[in-house]
Amino acid sequence: MHRFWAVLFSLVPVLGIGLYVLAVVGKGSIGGFSLAGLWLPENANPYTTTIDHLFDLVHIICGVVLGITTSVLAYVIWRYADHAGRKNEAAQYVTHHALLEWIWTVIPGAILVFLGFYQLQVWADNKMNRPMQTIDGNIQAIEPMALVVGKQFGWEVYYPGPDGRLGTSDDLRIENDLTVPVGRPVVLRVEAQDVLHSFAIPGLRVKQDVVPGMTQLVWFQVDKPGTYEILCMELCGWGHYKMRARMKAVAEPLDGIANGSSTEPSSTATPVADEEVKD
Amino acid sequence: MSFLTKYVFSSDHKVIGIQFLISSLIWFLVGGLMAAAMRWQLAWPWSDMPILGSWLFEAEGGQISPEYYTMLLTMHGTVMVFFVVIPILAGAFGNFLIPLMIGADDMAFPRLNMMSYWFMWPAFACLLLSFASPGFGPAAGWTSYPPLAVFEEAAPGSGLAQTLWLTGLTFVGLSSMMGSINYITTIVQMRAPGMTFFRLPMTIWAMLVTAILQAFALPVLTAAVLMQIADRLLGTCFFIPEGALVGDSLVKGGGGQALLWQHLFWFYSHPAVYIMLLPAMGMASDILSSMSRKPLFGYRPMVYSILSIGGLGFIVWGHHMFVSGMQPLVGAAFMLTTILIALPSGIKTFNWLATLWGGRLQLTTGMLFCMGFIAMFVIGGLSGVLMAVAPVTIFIHDTYYIVAHFHYVLFGGTSLIVIGSIYHWYPKMFGRMMSETLGKIHFFTTFVLINCVFFPMHFLGAQGLPRRYADFTHTDSFAHLQPINEFITYSAFALVAVQVFFIVNFFGSMIFGRRAGNNPWNANTLEWVATSPPPHGNFTSPLVVYRGPYEYSVPGRTQDFWMQTDPEDADGHIAH
Ligand code: HEM
Ligand SMILES: [Cu+2]
Ligand SMILES: [Cu+2]
Repeated sequence: MHRFWAVLFSLVPVLGIGLYVLAVVGKGSIGGFSLAGLWLPENANPYTTTIDHLFDLVHIICGVVLGITTSVLAYVIWRYADHAGRKNEAAQYVTHHALLEWIWTVIPGAILVFLGFYQLQVWADNKMNRPMQTIDGNIQAIEPMALVVGKQFGWEVYYPGPDGRLGTSDDLRIENDLTVPVGRPVVLRVEAQDVLHSFAIPGLRVKQDVVPGMTQLVWFQVDKPGTYEILCMELCGWGHYKMRARMKAVAEPLDGIANGSSTEPSSTATPVADEEVKD
Repeated sequence: MSFLTKYVFSSDHKVIGIQFLISSLIWFLVGGLMAAAMRWQLAWPWSDMPILGSWLFEAEGGQISPEYYTMLLTMHGTVMVFFVVIPILAGAFGNFLIPLMIGADDMAFPRLNMMSYWFMWPAFACLLLSFASPGFGPAAGWTSYPPLAVFEEAAPGSGLAQTLWLTGLTFVGLSSMMGSINYITTIVQMRAPGMTFFRLPMTIWAMLVTAILQAFALPVLTAAVLMQIADRLLGTCFFIPEGALVGDSLVKGGGGQALLWQHLFWFYSHPAVYIMLLPAMGMASDILSSMSRKPLFGYRPMVYSILSIGGLGFIVWGHHMFVSGMQPLVGAAFMLTTILIALPSGIKTFNWLATLWGGRLQLTTGMLFCMGFIAMFVIGGLSGVLMAVAPVTIFIHDTYYIVAHFHYVLFGGTSLIVIGSIYHWYPKMFGRMMSETLGKIHFFTTFVLINCVFFPMHFLGAQGLPRRYADFTHTDSFAHLQPINEFITYSAFALVAVQVFFIVNFFGSMIFGRRAGNNPWNANTLEWVATSPPPHGNFTSPLVVYRGPYEYSVPGRTQDFWMQTDPEDADGHIAH
């Protein structure tokens, strides 16, 4: 019987790592279900390729630790379970082993400290150091190109009006539709008007909770033209699941909107959130 | 003694422990059924639920509405955390084991102990009432973040139901507080002669640190809960900012900070994560050592790890708030402390493996559950390391990766140990053995199915699938994941169903189980000196403790165990 349990436990490292590898490789199918698209979705944001890199790095480190520890577990069941065949073999009386303990304290400790410092730059790039640009020889922080306000259950997008400034009465307002240029840094101001929401674009690895009473900035760059899904990722009420918007990344010029040259938004408001969805 | 004072209003720590055990197990079932209902919705959104649907959701035409889903989600989390895991670890096992394992006749304050159980009942009542209150139950998640939780206009459940939820939580807090004062006092004051701190079993160390965490963290939660109650009933604005609009009309408000709640809540609830884990680690250490017939490897490092987890546990709460809008520099500091806390957990795991290595493993059901715990805790702990990496959390925060992580820790980790501990200490509780055959079937099915339910969630999370969504089929990014959601749901139904093996075994063994002797597992610790079950007052004669709890397979002895109370020394001389 102990062999049975040993085999069962050996499935943990085998399947745990095996399924992970299958998902990362993303080829083939199981029972008609395609394995493609089970790992990180495509990332079009150069600011966050480092996030994907960290994601993979930590998974590899963790995978190694998982493999070692759970294999040891399966092995000890196989080797050290009590059964008729080893009646004369007593358990070893071992209470500690200083060298071993130092090894498995210092090595994991060093790896963890390394990880702690290694990631700081990525964090700073995405949450602290707003992108800069050079205008007339002066380096200055890029101003937000639009304001996105979360409310139950949708996103309102405001672009600067003819005066070129956000937060004035001539701003353009569009529901659930954001258009940004490809290929250069975009800064957005994000706010909430009623309860907490979270401005999230999985395809760009962007996420920022928006808090009523607070103003925050997010930044990213989209290198691939196309449509991206903006989701809400903080529980905001019963309609949380359907709170989403569309973001189009297009080549410049942004036909009329978002550069203050037009008073008529070219893309009309399309509230995606209410189509096909139960209310 | 009448029936009422013996079994109901008893001040005997063992009866109180068993009361906590039974009521938590009932809530466990309720919470599990709620999870099954959620899984129904996630696999086949908006479809009629067979049989139960017309009865439960008559008003919605037999389907789960999005409001109802959000309420189920909130209740499932609340029930599992505050009504199952916390009370079953500290309330049930803490109560039952502490006096027995330290050689005391009861808790230091038996009446306070009884009150700590009976304060759970108003909490139960509040939760049931809040379930039944108009406009559905509370629906702001178990974390209850304002302003959603305080604006009645924003969510129907944020009215009366939320007030009842908060009141219920206050009672749970009072109950835990009474318990923790009692545990600390008992462990410090009532140890049998010879039971020095470094002869305490790991279970007791873990319970002590847990009780200290409770005592220092709970007041903060209680204060936060009272502040939220004041915001809703007295018109204060601790958590309500100026100028909030709900549905385009201005709601009452002014001057408050929504993030303040998150800080206060997690200042309690992160330590609470360890309140939900440390006792399980302690009990696992004791079961693993006695069932390997081998001393616990590195007893002192194990103690120091628990102490450092307890200490660090107070300065990592911000890792729940990396993308909340908290100053990113503060986030960076929390990230470093969080990374550090992984180390003591790792050390504990390595020590457990070293304990097993070279032993004579007795593969009892309790032992299998402990080994299952190690495997699951490794997975949950390692995904925790990933989340401590703040930039990665930008992507996986509030996705199914998180759901996978905390279920691996809470279900795969803590709950497996809870079940394993029931198998292990059942003979002491009820004087009879549980069926090993049923137990092993239960272990096998549960272990396999837990992984079928929760492992695929890592892949959902890696895709960015958001948690707390009632339906994914309408999104562009996630509709293709629906087959996985269906697979998880089938597995979840099976997982709930196989608990029948446990229920039958638990109640059946009370009647049909083989009678247990005092020490059915040949273990060293003091509870096995008492009769099974122990009488009121526990021990028939005074105890003296001569050694630590893990002297198994000591060379030169004929027996492979050496009870802590055994006066005989290694040469067979009786100590005086
Ligand atoms: C029968 C097994 C279980 C299943 C199928 C299950 C399933 C789920 C699901 C589907 C969610 C909600 C995911 C979402 O929509 O975001 C959830 C949330 C949660 N579960 Fe479980 N669960 C189970 C057991 C447990 C156990 C044993 C615990 C703790 C001991 C637990 C603690 C939680 C918590 C704390 C939440 C978060 C609630 C919130 O987001 O407010 N669950 N679970
Ligand atoms: Cu939302
Ligand atoms: Cu935490």
